[in-house]
Amino acid sequence: MNLPVEPDSTAKLPLEFTDNHESLKILGFWSFLATDLLLFASLFAVYAVYQSRVGMAGPSPDQLFKLGPAVVETLLLLTSSFTCGLAVYQMRRNHKRGTIIWLAVTLLLGVGFVTTEVREFVSYIAMGDSWHHSAFLSAFFTLVGTHGAHVTFGILWAITLIIQLMGRGLTTVTTRKMYMFALYWHFLDIIWVFIFTVVYLNGKI
Amino acid sequence: MSSLLALLFPPSTTRNMELSADVLIILSSAAIIFYLTRWHRWKYLWREWLTTVDHKKIGIMYLIGAVTMLFRGGTDALLLRAQLAVPNNHLLGPLHYDEIFTTHGTIMIFFMAMPLIFAMFNIAIPLMIGSRDVAFPRLNAISFWLFAFAAFLFNISFVIGGSPNAGWTAYPPLTELAFNPGVGQNYYLMALVVTGLGTTATGINFLVTILRMRAPGMTLMRMPMFAWTTLVTSVLILFAFPPLTVAMVLTLFDRLFGTAFFTIGRGGMPMMYVNLFWLFGHPEVYILVLPSFGIFSEVVATFSRKKLFGYSTMVYSVLAITFLSYGTWVHHFFTMGAGAAVNVFFGLSTILIAIPTGIKIFNWIFTMWNGRIKMTVAMMWALAFIPTFVVGGATGVMLGAVPGDYQFHNSYFLIAHFHNVIIGGTVFGLMSGVYYWWPKVTGRLLNERQGKWAFWLFFLGFWVTFMPQYALGFMGMTRRMYTYSHGFGWSSLNLISTIGAFVMGAGFVVMVYNFVWSQIHGEIDVTGDPWNGRTLEWSTPSPAPEYNFARIPVVTDRDAWWAMKQEQKTNVVQIKPQEITDIELPKSSGIPFLMGLSFFVFSVGMVFSWWWIAGAGFLGFVVCMLVGTFDYDDHKEVPRQEIQNTESAFGRLQG
Repeated sequence: MNLPVEPDSTAKLPLEFTDNHESLKILGFWSFLATDLLLFASLFAVYAVYQSRVGMAGPSPDQLFKLGPAVVETLLLLTSSFTCGLAVYQMRRNHKRGTIIWLAVTLLLGVGFVTTEVREFVSYIAMGDSWHHSAFLSAFFTLVGTHGAHVTFGILWAITLIIQLMGRGLTTVTTRKMYMFALYWHFLDIIWVFIFTVVYLNGKI
Repeated sequence: MSSLLALLFPPSTTRNMELSADVLIILSSAAIIFYLTRWHRWKYLWREWLTTVDHKKIGIMYLIGAVTMLFRGGTDALLLRAQLAVPNNHLLGPLHYDEIFTTHGTIMIFFMAMPLIFAMFNIAIPLMIGSRDVAFPRLNAISFWLFAFAAFLFNISFVIGGSPNAGWTAYPPLTELAFNPGVGQNYYLMALVVTGLGTTATGINFLVTILRMRAPGMTLMRMPMFAWTTLVTSVLILFAFPPLTVAMVLTLFDRLFGTAFFTIGRGGMPMMYVNLFWLFGHPEVYILVLPSFGIFSEVVATFSRKKLFGYSTMVYSVLAITFLSYGTWVHHFFTMGAGAAVNVFFGLSTILIAIPTGIKIFNWIFTMWNGRIKMTVAMMWALAFIPTFVVGGATGVMLGAVPGDYQFHNSYFLIAHFHNVIIGGTVFGLMSGVYYWWPKVTGRLLNERQGKWAFWLFFLGFWVTFMPQYALGFMGMTRRMYTYSHGFGWSSLNLISTIGAFVMGAGFVVMVYNFVWSQIHGEIDVTGDPWNGRTLEWSTPSPAPEYNFARIPVVTDRDAWWAMKQEQKTNVVQIKPQEITDIELPKSSGIPFLMGLSFFVFSVGMVFSWWWIAGAGFLGFVVCMLVGTFDYDDHKEVPRQEIQNTESAFGRLQG
């Protein structure tokens, strides 16, 4: 793992890997991400088959999607992934304040993402295109909604993390939690890149 | 009010059979509550069992849960066989029969076989690899409670709300609301999602435990074979359960929220479900059987007093089976129109699996070759497995040949085949494991004479039950038919099959008697090594202390404990008082139990579409998560004095 560390400290392990219990949890979290990846893979497969199955009258992907909100969501989430990386960078430099600030920025960008997505969903439903109407709409709302639910969970996680960082500082436990959160957040970012490509861009072609 | 009563108690829950079961349930619950209250056992139950994170106790609880579910699933099986014993029988009506074969299959796979496998993982793995616990003890307890509450949820369906009735595979469109009103199918879906989450967590847990917590010196190629198959099973679980969860949740969305995944009218496809289900379902077959392969490897080597023949080919064939198992799922629906080219691919990949499996069979036989074989009950289950599994495997190859499958599919030939591999492979293996490891967790040996009675009844009953079913399949009897007329020539074979089923039932009763009797009168295992074992779990006392090893052993050979015995170095397990240090252990916690309870409440809300109850359950889950994340006090130190006292009581103190 290439982590951003100071040149003179490359020889020694980052704090969260120094404790065996914490290090085990990181490996466990990677395994969890593998199962989560399979969950999304299954939903992507369902979507890929169903995107052309729009029922009798329902809109096609091309008719439904507006690229505006999707582009805004993409920008917000990609930026939040960058700020999350900055938070880990600050954590590596043992800057508690910097870690918390960048984590808070990440969190706010995540809130922006979820809000935009909810508004996008509401606008579709307001046009009468809810997930009851066709297999395509069911698959779309389920795939993108599952990702949105993951981001929402991540925001709640980040809040508990900020409280713990403020109370306890950078210990083996809090840095491990921060590191796991970063893995989770980048993972969701990668999933979103695929959603943007497979669902929105592909749908507009 | 009356509509609520109609929802809770539809006609399928007020038949005489269900009502008499209700009476029995109420009486036995009352007896348990009376016992716990009269003898002031509530606190003990909470402190020692409900909140425990000790893998050995969790293993025992899995074992109890699995045997209870074997009783329920077995009762279902006997009802099915009683219905089919004679032609034109009306012991069960058609709908009742549908419900019972659905609960029989679902319970046996998800609530009997899976927890029994996890019982073996928990009881044996940490001791075998020289570890003090699993990687994530609290998560391990959460897995158990998710299973326990899911099993409870599934089992109350026939008392409240009505049983599911669409078969254990639950294919749409039969599971869609339009064709299957009522809440029975919701029970099935929620129970499988909840227990599936627990299973996934177990997979993660044992993967990390085996990869990272082995004793020093135990390289991957020095691990006991059961540790290898557990590792591989954990990986299979990680990749197999997500598609199942997706299949279940999408069906649930169709039923509860009116989405259009599997209804053709709005563009959905039932075939999507079938593919997702079997993407899980085929690896699941290997999740069930690989742990048993590991148990056989341990048992056969121990009771032949020889090292396992062809260790490395065993490892590579297990890995080959794992890889191939992901490429075979379409063989469950060759007749659903995939086309010749696709069918040929999946037919070939299915038959290919016979090669690594055959290698393993030969390895076990060569392990016994020239060995000094000791006929214990555990060894008898392992020996019985070989011919049984070979027959099941050979009929599997017949089903894998696509043109043959067009003839055999959905007939009793298929029923006989999968019972032949699942009972002959999984159940025989787990029984072997239960008899083998029982003394390690309870400290008492199971009575061998009673065990042999149970074995012979179950084993002979098995052959009498299932061999006639192959013939019935050839004669045209299809699965899931609730009765048949005279004149097909099926009557006598069906009667023989039913007699065999009741003999198996008698075997189960003797086995439970054997468990209970041995717990009270059984021989006490004072050595910790009753079988002259080969692996590290036999170097600990029986039952092992909470911390497993006072000092972590150093491994130099494949059969670590056997090597120590050969080199007269068994005194390494005795520790000098001055070498004892404090041991850090995980602390008991009520969170896993409460989390299981929250999932149960949430599931009840979902089943009946009572959103406020589902919300309350979800809130309980969030609270458990929050309490867990802010709880930094999850470890305790066992002081060295306490360890010294325990070790000296075992007579394992030097000097």
